[in-house]
Amino acid sequence: MSIFLTKASKVLVQGITGSEGSKHAARMIAAGTTIVAGVTPGKGGQSIELSGVSIPVYNSVTEAVAATGADVSVVFVPPKFAKDAVISTIEAEVPLCVVITEGIPVHDTAEFFALAQSSGKTRLIGPNCPGLITPGESNVGIIPADISGPGRIGLVSKSGTLTYQMMFELRDIGFSTAVGIGGDPIIGTTHIDCLKAFQEDPDTDVIVMIGEIGGDAEERAAAYIAEHVTKPVVGYVAGFTAPEGKTMGHAGAIVSGSSGTAEGKQEALEAAGVKVGRTPSATARLAREAYENLSK
Amino acid sequence: MDLYEYQAKELFAKHGVNTQAGIVVTDSAAAGKAAAELNATVVVKAQVKTGGRGKAGGVKLATSAAEAQEKAEAILGLDIKGHIVHKVLVTPAADIESEYYVSFLLDRSNRTFLAMASVEGGMEIEEVAVTKPEALAKVHIDPLIGVTAEVAATIVDAAKFPADVRDGIIEMLQKLWDVFVKEDATLVEVNPLVKTPAGDVMALDGKVTLDDNADFRHPDHAALVDLAAENGLELRAKEKGLNYVKLDGSVGIIGNGAGLVMSTLDVVAYAGENFGGVRPANFLDIGGGASAQVMADGLEIVLGDPDVKSVFVNVFGGITACDAVANGIVQAIAMLTQRGEQVSKPIVCRLDGNNAAAGRAILAEANLAVIRVAETMDDAAAAVAELASK
Repeated sequence: MSIFLTKASKVLVQGITGSEGSKHAARMIAAGTTIVAGVTPGKGGQSIELSGVSIPVYNSVTEAVAATGADVSVVFVPPKFAKDAVISTIEAEVPLCVVITEGIPVHDTAEFFALAQSSGKTRLIGPNCPGLITPGESNVGIIPADISGPGRIGLVSKSGTLTYQMMFELRDIGFSTAVGIGGDPIIGTTHIDCLKAFQEDPDTDVIVMIGEIGGDAEERAAAYIAEHVTKPVVGYVAGFTAPEGKTMGHAGAIVSGSSGTAEGKQEALEAAGVKVGRTPSATARLAREAYENLSK
Repeated sequence: MDLYEYQAKELFAKHGVNTQAGIVVTDSAAAGKAAAELNATVVVKAQVKTGGRGKAGGVKLATSAAEAQEKAEAILGLDIKGHIVHKVLVTPAADIESEYYVSFLLDRSNRTFLAMASVEGGMEIEEVAVTKPEALAKVHIDPLIGVTAEVAATIVDAAKFPADVRDGIIEMLQKLWDVFVKEDATLVEVNPLVKTPAGDVMALDGKVTLDDNADFRHPDHAALVDLAAENGLELRAKEKGLNYVKLDGSVGIIGNGAGLVMSTLDVVAYAGENFGGVRPANFLDIGGGASAQVMADGLEIVLGDPDVKSVFVNVFGGITACDAVANGIVQAIAMLTQRGEQVSKPIVCRLDGNNAAAGRAILAEANLAVIRVAETMDDAAAAVAELASK
C-alpha cells in the first residue's frame, strides 16, 4: 500500500513532446511507472518512443482518458499554458493531477484550485513540486527513483532537494510514499492531506514532514497532528536565517512581518508532540529512532 | 514586487480608480517647483516600500512652494525602518471628511482571495485587527466569480460603510478588483480611502504587490522595477538569471534547490555559533542541472561579494550526477582564473547523492588549493564557518 499512487496507476503526461516532458517520462517508465498516454494539443495521432515503449499522443486530456483510462495526469507544460492544462484535467475528471511546472501566476493557481474544489473529482498536487514516488511501484514527476527503495516511512515536503536529501539519509529503511507538495503560496495538496493519508495507510509506520518559512501550513498541520495523528511524526523546518520580506527561491517562502517564521512553525510542531530536527541529518536521526522504537 | 505609492496610483488611474495625481521628485528644489505648479496646499510624501511613514515623519503638509521644498529637504534621506527615502510624491492636499480602509489580498491559509474593509481608516490595519477586530470585515472572494456589484455590496455591508458612500465604494471595489486581477497583484490596499466633503470617494494612498511569476503577460511591469534601489549583487545575479538574495554574514552559499539552500543557511548559522557568530552572506539557488557555466556565474557573484570570507557549495545530486557537478566546479574555477579573477577564498564542497564518490574523486584529482571536500552537510558547515572566522 501507499498513498495517492500505486503500481496500478495509469499515467498521462501533459507536455510529453517537450524536452522536460519527454526526458522525465522516459525516467518514469524506467522506474516502473505505467505511462499510457501523452497530451500535446495539435500533436494528436503521433506516438513517441520512450525507454522502448511507444506512447500514443492525444490532442486533449478527454480524448486520452477515453482511449486509455488514465487516472493520473502529470503536467510539464510551461507556466503560460499550465492553467489550461490543469483545467482540462479537472474537466476530464482525472482523479489525480500532479503539476510540476514552476512559475505559474498565483491568480491562475487560485482559479484552477477553486475549480478542482468545486468539481470535487480531482486531487491536485503542486504546482512547483517534484511530484511523488511510491518506490518500487510508480513514480510521477522528477524525484530520482534510485535514491531509496520501498519501506515504511511516509514523507511529505515543500522542498524537492530536501525530499531527496531525506530519502538519501533514510534509504536503508525506505519509503511507503514520498510526496513533494511544492513551495508555491497556493498548493493543491497540503501537509494535512498527506498526514491524513499516511495515518490511514497500513504500510506507513513513521511520518516525516518537511516545511519551510511562509504561510501557516505547518502550524495548521501541527494542530491536525495533535488531534488526529497517532503515528510518530518527525519534522524539519527550513529558513531560520531568512530575513523578513525576502522571497527565498520558492514563491511562497517569505516571512511577512511576524508571520510565517521558522521559529513559529517549530514551536507549533513541538507543542503538538512532533520531534523537530535542527538539521536534515538530525531530523533523519530522529526518524530512525522513532522507527527503531516501534520494533522494540 | 512591491510598488511605490506613486506607481500604485498610476495603476489605479489606469483602471479608472478615483485617485489623486501628483508629481514625483528626487530633490527638494523640484519639490518646491512641483508645489508651485500644483498651486495648492500640498502633501509631501516619502516614497518607501514600507508602512508607518507618517509616524516616522515621512508625510508633511506644506502651504507654500518654499515650505514644500523645506519639508522635502527634511524627508529625503530619512531612514524609515531601514528604507532610505530617495523620492517624494508631491500631491494636492485633499479635504477629508472620513477615512476608510479596503484591500484585496491573497489568503494563503484558505487558498483563495480575501477582501478586507473597515470604517477605521488611516491607521495601520494590523493595529485595527488587534485593537478593534470587530471593525475589520473579511470576505472571501471566489476566484471563479470575482468582485461583482453583488459581491462588492456584501463587502460594503459587512464593513458597515455609511449609506452615502455605499454606491461609491461598491464602484471603487470593482475597479480595485480590476487592478488586482488584470495586473496580477497579490495585494491591493487603499488606506485611507477617503470621503471628501463633496461626497466623493477617493484612494488617497495605494499599496500594490505584483506577482513576479506573471511578468510574462505584463511586459510593462519591467518599467516599474527601481534598479537604483536594488542591491548591486542582487541585480547582477538577476541579470544572469540566478536566484540570489544578499544577507549580512560572511559565508557565501551556493546550492541546488530552494529548500536545501535555505537549510544550508541555517546549518551554517548553527555551526557559526561556535565561531563567534559566523553567518551566511547570501542565498543562491542554482537549481537543477548546475552546468559549469551556471556554477561559474554563481561563484563569480559570491566571490565578488567583499563580505564573503569562505564559500560553501552544497549540492545534492538528484537527477544531475555529482561527477557532472564536480566537473562544473573545476571548470568554473578555470573559467574565472582565465577571466583574470583571482580565486583565493576557500571553497568547501559537499556532494551527495547520484555519483557522489565519482564527484569527490574529480575534485580530489583536480588538486585545487582553494577546494576542500567534506563528507556531510554538517561537517562542511563546521569547516566553512571556521574558515570564515579566521
